[in-house]
Amino acid sequence: MGDPFGLIGRWLIDLVTGWGMEPEAALTLLRFLGAAILATVLLLACFFLIVAERKILGRFQDRYGPNRVGPWGVFQTVADFVKLIGKEIVVPDGIDKPVYWLAPLLVVMSVVGIWAVVPFAPGFRGTDLNVGVLYIVSIGAIGTLGIIMAGWSSNNKFALLGAFRAVAQLVSYEIPMVLTLLIPTMLAGSMGVTAIVEAQKDLWFIAAAPLAAAVFLISSVAENGRAPFDLMEGESEIVAGFNIEYGGLAFGMFYVGEFLHAFTVGVLFSTLFLGGWRGPGAETYPLLGLFYFFAKALVVWFVTVWVRASFPRVRIDQLLALNWKFLTPLALVIVALTAVVDKLAAEQGWSQLLALLAANAVLALGMFAVLGAYGRSVRKREDSLRGNAAALPARSAR
Amino acid sequence: MHDPWVFVAFLLPIGLLLPAVAVLMGILLGPRKPNAIKGTTYECGIETVGETWVQFRASYYIFALIFVVFDVEAVFLFPWAVAYNGMQLYMVLEGVLFLLILAAGLLYAWRKGALEWV
Amino acid sequence: MTVLQIVFLVTGLVTLLAGVMVVASPKLVHAALWLIVSLAGVAVLFVLLNANFLAVVQVVVYIGAIAILVIFAVMLTRRVMADSGPTHNPTWWLALLSALVLFGGLLALITQLPAFGATEAALPAADSLTDLGTSLVDVNRYLLPFEVASVLLLAALIGAMAVARPASEDEEGGA
Repeated sequence: MGDPFGLIGRWLIDLVTGWGMEPEAALTLLRFLGAAILATVLLLACFFLIVAERKILGRFQDRYGPNRVGPWGVFQTVADFVKLIGKEIVVPDGIDKPVYWLAPLLVVMSVVGIWAVVPFAPGFRGTDLNVGVLYIVSIGAIGTLGIIMAGWSSNNKFALLGAFRAVAQLVSYEIPMVLTLLIPTMLAGSMGVTAIVEAQKDLWFIAAAPLAAAVFLISSVAENGRAPFDLMEGESEIVAGFNIEYGGLAFGMFYVGEFLHAFTVGVLFSTLFLGGWRGPGAETYPLLGLFYFFAKALVVWFVTVWVRASFPRVRIDQLLALNWKFLTPLALVIVALTAVVDKLAAEQGWSQLLALLAANAVLALGMFAVLGAYGRSVRKREDSLRGNAAALPARSAR
Repeated sequence: MHDPWVFVAFLLPIGLLLPAVAVLMGILLGPRKPNAIKGTTYECGIETVGETWVQFRASYYIFALIFVVFDVEAVFLFPWAVAYNGMQLYMVLEGVLFLLILAAGLLYAWRKGALEWV
Repeated sequence: MTVLQIVFLVTGLVTLLAGVMVVASPKLVHAALWLIVSLAGVAVLFVLLNANFLAVVQVVVYIGAIAILVIFAVMLTRRVMADSGPTHNPTWWLALLSALVLFGGLLALITQLPAFGATEAALPAADSLTDLGTSLVDVNRYLLPFEVASVLLLAALIGAMAVARPASEDEEGGA
């Protein structure tokens, strides 16, 4: 049980070199097969992820969720897929054809591309880029491009409006996400995702930087376009937004991209802050590492589904105010404070972990104090706007 | 040397190809009965009014501008963060100074009302 | 012909072709998208030069921020989707001629370099990122340009807001 993944890889290479291929070409073939299998497994896994989410949402809403197709409804998405294939993709007139058809492909590609740098288990990963964290950000930016292409090429003012608002949201929330990504980079001393998981040997980074982890999770959920930030495709708001004019499987690809991204958010959070595949016994038994990896990712994913079921949708101005007036200044302060406190603690010989925890606690208290004061000032302003004596007894009666 | 990128070079085109195959399946297997009404633009079930354009709102562009500045700033900070462990305190403070100058810029934008969604 | 050379040639050709399509596309949005292809080609060239960090920065900043800004500018200022800018400049042959002359001159200069003609360049070690980080805050190296860059970004932010902001209430009240 030493290293099953390395074993399979070596067996494949020996097999192919036995047929007369050079070892270099064999390695390249192995990589190609790995990429093909990864992409296929990801897209197929969506079938079950979507059903799981619908059933969980159903339970949150005190109902069953889909339970007709297959045992406990597990084949529901397969049925949906077959239905979507049979639907006509109604292509409107006046669209920009190459851009229209390329957009859903880019959105899916941007999510699948993120998985290239994620370490599933010790020694088992797509690849190990030394700039992994920025690579993840860059591939995510391509998804934003896909959305703007979809909105523009549809020749529909709602699609265009939806695309603008979607891009404003995606682009704004990228800033706190990128800023909080500086924290694992600082603590691990490298941008490589594998190195960040290696550095969490003694301590998961969420213990050293809980506020940064929270800000990262919130901005990732907003980047994904999940509730409460799902303005990009709110049905009652803007009639499906940028993907109005997409039907059948073209729409299906946007849908798949969004759900896969939701799971990817769970994977990224657990890799960067919860130690990825780390757990008791993971180094000696890599399969155990794989299990820990998926367990942590599923827990975080469940939390995002929980949030989706619990919060109402946020308005666009509230959305942007939350980002630029709260999350971004908070992220800037977190980075500055963590950098200074950690270096100070290291130089003075204090316990770095305790110093960071203390700094985070002070920052959290300060944040709540500021939010409380802001809330009070808003309430006071609203009461003074109502202004008359009739308002006062109503308040004191409460 | 370029070893790590080979996998990415394979994964990205495959990630583009698989949904292309799915969409192609949809086009080939689904019915295709275009008619004049189906081809019109969707506007909540009524006839479209006016050309397809959106009122110019400066706020979209301003948010994108602010994003560009902060994106470049964050990218400058990444090498500093990578070299963090071997740095001394004054070097860390210099990076924090870089960050604070731009935080001042954000504060300026806030006070000037550029962060309002008008 | 090693694989690296083939990849380099193909990427270079794609980048050049995309650059030509930027100026030759009738629709402005298509021109913006060809620009993105060209920028992605440059990112691949950075990867071939073993500059991983610059490659991802190219994608994050140029494609993820600046290209989106350009597309926004095009979409917000053009009323009709099929609107196209002027495509045919009567003196395009003059521009082509001067570009070819410039290219010939650069080629003549580069061929005189001693390292020209080697099949495999001596690329730097892959892990220069830590060195880059310390050099940015080292007083003897790039500290001053680093801090000046932040002041430059601040100036860009303030300038952009001053230009793009709609009229404030003071101006409306005074007018």
